[in-house]
Amino acid sequence: MLPNGDSAVLLDFDTLDEVLGFYRAADRTRPAGLVDLVPGARTVLATCDPRVLPLRQLREWLETVVPVGSEAVAGASIGIDVRYDGEDLDVVANLLKLTTDDVIELHTTSTWTVAFGGFAPGFGYLVTEHARLVVPRRASPRTLVPAGAVGLAGEFSGIYPRASPGGWQLIGSTDARLWDPSREPPALLTPGATVRFRAVP
Amino acid sequence: MSLRVDNPGPLMLVQDLGRPGLGSLGVPASGALDRPALEAANLLVGNDRADAALEILLGGARVTALAPLWLAITGAAGSALAGGHPAPLNAAFRLEAGESLDLAPAEYGLRYYLGVRGGIDVPGVLGSRSTDTLSGLGPAAVAPGDVLAVGEATRQVLLSEGLPLPVPARGEVDLRVTPGPRLDWFAPGAWAALGSGPWTVSADSNRVGVRLEGTPLERSRNDELPSEGMVTGSLQVPPSGLPILFLADHPTTGGYPVIGVVAETDLPLAAQVRPGQSLRFLPRGR
Repeated sequence: MLPNGDSAVLLDFDTLDEVLGFYRAADRTRPAGLVDLVPGARTVLATCDPRVLPLRQLREWLETVVPVGSEAVAGASIGIDVRYDGEDLDVVANLLKLTTDDVIELHTTSTWTVAFGGFAPGFGYLVTEHARLVVPRRASPRTLVPAGAVGLAGEFSGIYPRASPGGWQLIGSTDARLWDPSREPPALLTPGATVRFRAVP
Repeated sequence: MSLRVDNPGPLMLVQDLGRPGLGSLGVPASGALDRPALEAANLLVGNDRADAALEILLGGARVTALAPLWLAITGAAGSALAGGHPAPLNAAFRLEAGESLDLAPAEYGLRYYLGVRGGIDVPGVLGSRSTDTLSGLGPAAVAPGDVLAVGEATRQVLLSEGLPLPVPARGEVDLRVTPGPRLDWFAPGAWAALGSGPWTVSADSNRVGVRLEGTPLERSRNDELPSEGMVTGSLQVPPSGLPILFLADHPTTGGYPVIGVVAETDLPLAAQVRPGQSLRFLPRGR
């Protein structure tokens, strides 16, 4: 349990499976005054309203949570058309000692799974079974990444649902509508869904 | 009842207390950056403290009442004319139908709040009327000529000569900070360096975060931080070593380590610092 200001703690885990096991269990037993539970790649952030749930009681509750197993949830299967025209495609290929065609082939032949949401509405952190597309983030985040930009960062691939600042390496772009508040659910990518990318001109 | 915006100034947004609790969907909390100022503007005109008001960056704005309205200006400090006469700050005043409020550019502070008796009545999204500039949730930024509906108030206008509200600092601003979850990702001297500052607010700052310029903070680990949930007030440090102080529209997760977290009670001060102004962090709890 790591300190995180006046009204939050951050819990560290070794694997994404552990994160999801803890998150599922905690989500079922939310106490009054718990404001938010945000799973990450190796963490769960818990925030509270200290007037209702003081920080000490938040910590005590988190210690009582017993993680539950990761029952496989069969999610939707989604195809997304991508123009592989990203500004960082050459940088990514160099980092991976591959050609840009290799990068595109790896990205389009891998099956990706939405691990968790976050960063922005409609953004899904996509993971795959191999580590051949693992690249670092950019040294300095861009102040503006366009909507539909397809990127890589760490073990993840993802798509910017809307223009925003961002530090991911951009490899392509898509017209897919990632977030639509009038749609139910508003997010195209929901945890458990699988994604295949298709290269289009 | 309604209000016409003739000139929104550099950026005029509808804000209330935001939509906290949706971080797992990637939805930022958003809401007024200077919450005490928003709440005061509402209370002065007899609204619920959580009603929607206008957050006006810097000022230089003009609005016209299309029906008699009670208004209150809080937040930044400067001068305003209501129907051609000086309007008070931090106090309720009345605008007759057809009269305009001219809000001059602020002398200090960065964000005004204009409370309107009855509250700004625009459709909400996910429980809030706030404009979230990162995700695009909520109403669009107010544009010249927009007519904004005003709701019904339930309480009395607070008649006062002016509330003794804190005024934004003109000079260096002190913010208290406690160690963040990834302090151990930084070199031994980094915590002291954060506290010694001073840090200058960059012109790139916005509702997502205050970008800071100064002596870069040194990290002891240069590997990637797996993306993790972040709180408002986090001091996130990208590889440049220059911290970004996350404000209400910050992304719910981030991939750079957080060295410290600014006290919630000091965040309203951070909402009012201008580009070029100096910040100093006062370390606590280590």
